[in-house]
Amino acid sequence: MGVVGEQFRTHQIFLPEVLLAARAMYAGLDLLKPLLLRDNIPMLGKVVIGTIRGDLHDIGKNLVGIMLQGAGFEVIDLGKDVPPARFVEAAIEQEAPVIGMSALLTTTMVGMKEVVDNLRARPCQSKIKTIVGGAPVSADFAREIGADDYAFDAASAVTHIKALLGVA
Amino acid sequence: MRDIVRFKGEQVRLPEKEVLGAQGVRSRASLPTRVRAAFDSACELFDELAAPVGVVEELTREEFPAVYEGEGNNPPVTPLPEIVTRSEGLALYAATLGEGVSRRIGELFDEQDPAVAYLLDAVASAAADLLSGCLAERFGTRLAERGVAPDHAKVLSYSPGYCGWHVSGQRRLFARLRPEEIGIHLNSSFLMTPLKSVSGVLVGGTGDTHHFRPDFPFCEACATHECRPRMASGVAEEGEESLGPNGATGGGARARRRRDRSRAYPSRDPSGSGACLDPE
Repeated sequence: MGVVGEQFRTHQIFLPEVLLAARAMYAGLDLLKPLLLRDNIPMLGKVVIGTIRGDLHDIGKNLVGIMLQGAGFEVIDLGKDVPPARFVEAAIEQEAPVIGMSALLTTTMVGMKEVVDNLRARPCQSKIKTIVGGAPVSADFAREIGADDYAFDAASAVTHIKALLGVA
Repeated sequence: MRDIVRFKGEQVRLPEKEVLGAQGVRSRASLPTRVRAAFDSACELFDELAAPVGVVEELTREEFPAVYEGEGNNPPVTPLPEIVTRSEGLALYAATLGEGVSRRIGELFDEQDPAVAYLLDAVASAAADLLSGCLAERFGTRLAERGVAPDHAKVLSYSPGYCGWHVSGQRRLFARLRPEEIGIHLNSSFLMTPLKSVSGVLVGGTGDTHHFRPDFPFCEACATHECRPRMASGVAEEGEESLGPNGATGGGARARRRRDRSRAYPSRDPSGSGACLDPE
């Protein structure tokens, strides 16, 4: 999937082709997961993702989840219409170092700030990074609300999350 | 006049070339076989599951401001009020493809078939836009039948969330139009469900009606600038005067087509195939 992701980033293939490759990935993971668990081989990291409260758009979030799994991350997908507090709770419960949030409405993206503020109020806040994305979201918005990063699309989300975690 | 209009799924499905073009694909022939198969599956699912329906209700120019002002969140100067004063016919509208398509998209992701899910979403999103165009075309025919600039009537749709009409304007629109009658609901974030739903106002008039200079402060943040090809589609000519944000006049808009995957401002072609003039 790393190869597929790179081909997508360099416009050699387009998104439906990446998603067809994802089907093969799912089949492979079904076989590999028990072996990885048995041999205690860790994933690259855990990422909590979800679409923020009040928003039901999830295509982008789903694509991010697929790309992250393909890159070797364990994805905890909270779904859509997720209350801000739930992102933080899930990240703490699952010991996930990254929270990824998606919004497609200007009226819902404001909930992302609640997640960041919620984290700031906790002692664990420095250990959990936040990354945001979605059509109305921008790098400027991410900075304004204090999020750690912003990703334009699913492919770049993987790159940014790897950078946040300092992994190759 | 208040009409509920139903269509068949295939009447609002954009030609394959258009849908693929929006995905950056030049031709079906360039697609790998499996992607073509996934796309065909998506189209079949769409035809099976889509239940396009719209509601259109006319209102007067005098009635429109009460809807447009919404929750008071629009910027001080926006293009639509001036456009409406030049109009010769107005109607609020809302339309949906129904719950079936959105539900199936979610199921396909759950079933780990993201390629068909994504392509079905692309087909459905394009169809939702075309549905607006179908209603616009139908309204244009109505205006022409009444003798409203029959040779030059141009109906375009404008929606909350675009061109300075704040998305919270959906609340007043819903209160007036009551699209719950056709199964469209609005949540507290002003999100319509089913997701593949559209709403706004249909504005009919001569070509000059829709012209404005897209240099308002909020235009800078716009991802698509689809107002430009919309205005230029058989409407204004170069050098024609148009209204800018401070009331100043200036040159005409230059035609530019841009395709935007996120479809932040839907492209609408009321003078398209004509297939949607014959709803069910």
